[in-house]
This record gives sequence, C-alpha cells and structure tokens, in this order.
Amino acid sequence: MAEVTEVRNVIVIGSGPAGYTAALYAARAELKPLVFEGSVTAGGALMQTTEVENFPGFPDAIMGPELMDSMRKQAERFGAELVADDVTAVDLVAADPKVVKTDGETYLAKAVIIATGSRYKELGVPGEKELGGHGVSWCATCDGFFFRGHDIAVIGGGDSAMEEAMFLTRFGRSVTVIHRRDTLRASKIMQERAFANPKITFRWDSEVVEVLGADKVTGLRIKSTKDGAEQVLPVTGVFVAIGHDPRSDLFAGQLAADADGYLLVSQPSTRTAIEGVFACGDVVDRTYRQAVTAAGTGCAAALDAERWLASREH
Amino acid sequence: MGATKVVTDETFEAEVLKSGKPVIVDYWAEWCGPCRMVAPVLEEIATEYAEKIDVVKLNIDENPAVSQRYGIMAIPTMNVFSGGQVVKQIVGAKPKSALLRELAGYI
Repeated sequence: MAEVTEVRNVIVIGSGPAGYTAALYAARAELKPLVFEGSVTAGGALMQTTEVENFPGFPDAIMGPELMDSMRKQAERFGAELVADDVTAVDLVAADPKVVKTDGETYLAKAVIIATGSRYKELGVPGEKELGGHGVSWCATCDGFFFRGHDIAVIGGGDSAMEEAMFLTRFGRSVTVIHRRDTLRASKIMQERAFANPKITFRWDSEVVEVLGADKVTGLRIKSTKDGAEQVLPVTGVFVAIGHDPRSDLFAGQLAADADGYLLVSQPSTRTAIEGVFACGDVVDRTYRQAVTAAGTGCAAALDAERWLASREH
Repeated sequence: MGATKVVTDETFEAEVLKSGKPVIVDYWAEWCGPCRMVAPVLEEIATEYAEKIDVVKLNIDENPAVSQRYGIMAIPTMNVFSGGQVVKQIVGAKPKSALLRELAGYI
C-alpha cells in the first residue's frame, strides 16, 4: 500500500452549516480544504427539516435540504473538495501532521476543523429502540408519511417538538404532545401555532416510562411528574423530539468535552486545547444551536485555522 | 445499469420469496433523502457480493401491498429475505461499514 505523503492544509470533519461555511472560508483563503461530509449524513440536521424560516436572508423561507445544497455548492465553487465519506478515527494528539482516517484511507493535515454536529437524543426507555422503525421515530419529516390516520404522540417541549407536531398533523388523526413540565421552551411563535392547531393536544407534567407493543407500537405508558400516577396513552406513532447529543465520540481521550459531551473551545475563538484543531457548530454549542450560529462559528473556525497556519510560517 | 434490480408488488414473490439466495429488499421513495444517500452504498454491495446475495429496490409509493404486509413504517428499511422469510431488518440509512456488519451472516 502506498504510504500517504500528501499533507493537506486543512481537513474539515462534518458538514451542515458549520462544516460548509468553514469549507467556504477555507477555500476562499486558498487552503484547498478537504471536507468529509458523511456518507449518509451529509448536510447535517437541516436535511431533515422542511421550511427553514429563521435563517436570515430568506424572507420566503427555504427548504432545509435546498439551503444545505446551496452552501455546499458555494464551498465547492471556491475550491473545497467534498467527500461523502465518514471519518472513523483521528489522531490529533500524538501525530504531527494530524491523522484523519476513513474506512479505507488515511489522510494527513496541518489543521483540522471539527463540525460533527449532534444526533437525536433517545428517551432511553424500554421499547423505544426495539420499536424503532415500527412506530417509534426520531424524525417526523422522514417517517410521518407512514402514520396517516394514526394517533401520534410527540415527546418534547422545544421548537423541534412543536415543528414535528405540526408537521405530523398533516398525516395523523391526532397529535398529543407529551412534555414533562407545564411550560414549553419553544419560541413564542411556534407555541402559538401549536396551541392554535385543532389536532394537537398537550399532556403536561408527564414523562414516558415505556413504549408498548410487540412488533408495532400500541401505546405509551406515561407517568405524572407531579404525583407519579401512571396511565397508558393509546397511540400507534411515537416521535421523540427531546433534543440532541453532540457527536464528539471520535475525539474521546484527545479533546476535552463537558459533562454532556460538548467539545470545549477557548471562547470566543474556536480553538481547542490542541494547536491546529478547531471546533464549531452544534458539537460545541449547547446554547444556541441554530443554523446561523453554526454557520457563524464555522466561519470563525476557518479564519482561526487560516491565521494559525499563517503564523506557523513565520 | 446498476447491480440492483427493481421489484414490484407483482414480481415480489418470484424475485424475492422464491429466490435461491438471500435477497436484500431496499424499501424507498422519491421523497426520502436518506434513501437516496444509501442507494449508492447498496449498489456497491450488490456488485461486490453478487454471488452471495441479491439487492432489489421496492418503491413504497408504487407498491403499497408489499410495504404493508411487512409493516414498513420508516424508510429506508432494508429487509434481508432468505427462504421466503425476513431474517434481518435494518432500519435507517447507515454507512457501508455499518451495513456490512449487519449483513455479516449473509455475505
């Protein structure tokens, strides 16, 4: 096997608004970035949303996949090399240049920008995993189609949960939002829309204890967070929208993360504790988690990387 | 022409249930993004493991009978059929390495 000798200026791990914006800026800085967008996850979280109404610059909204495709094309236009593959291992600590591996190949880079984003949180209750794809889903736009006429439960209290609930009213006979408190953390406008929708009802102060059903979902066992009383909610569709966990597993033991797995950077920069390694987007941001804030930190990461590379030459 | 074949409600029995070797059935639809992303991976697997296993695609919009019969509630779903029975179910788009691990007993 030929030994890898080419050392790239910068490798971007991940895509989405953070990865693509980092790629765009790095490309315009003539760094010829190599971007691993993911074999089946390319485009990130927005690939699973419909209208994006809050990304500035689009007064008539834009579809998530379309926005990602545009960002991708823009990065490519300026010279980013985008590869639909997954990074399986990295060596950022002991190696100089840094080592990035995919399933079949090894790559070397002076700088690495991490934009791996986050994944859906699971409830972690019995029945959830077993019935995944058989009534339990974590993505309304992906699977809503299969629930025409069903009684559906959506678990969560944020914007994603409201969006999913509203999307699902197109298909379901009823949509019940189950939330463990009595107030939502969703934005006001999303709350208002959900409250106004005649197909959506709310189960407050409730949490899911078990997903019921043998080879298909038949119901949910829910418990009151106030007095512990349990009951069964008969639903045949369950959509979990309780938030995300950062995808930082690849970097365990190499990069510091907080207790929930969010990578630590030297705010307001995107610098990690390792020279030449930068992190941006939802793998870092636990506070805002918006496409535009991810794009913003993606830009910062590319600029941080560019300045770091330039400083090494002097 | 790719290595995967198209099957329908009508041809399902002959092509899948009565096949002499294991068959991966890829349930997909036009509007399913992740289905499109996993398609090239399945093409590769179909080519590389052609002797051991067949890979066929079933469009769920056009073929409601088979989709309902097998309780498909999320796509992509990939079912491995052997001897007319579902022996393995894989739900959701996965990278090639993960798919190969899931298919280990059949390829």
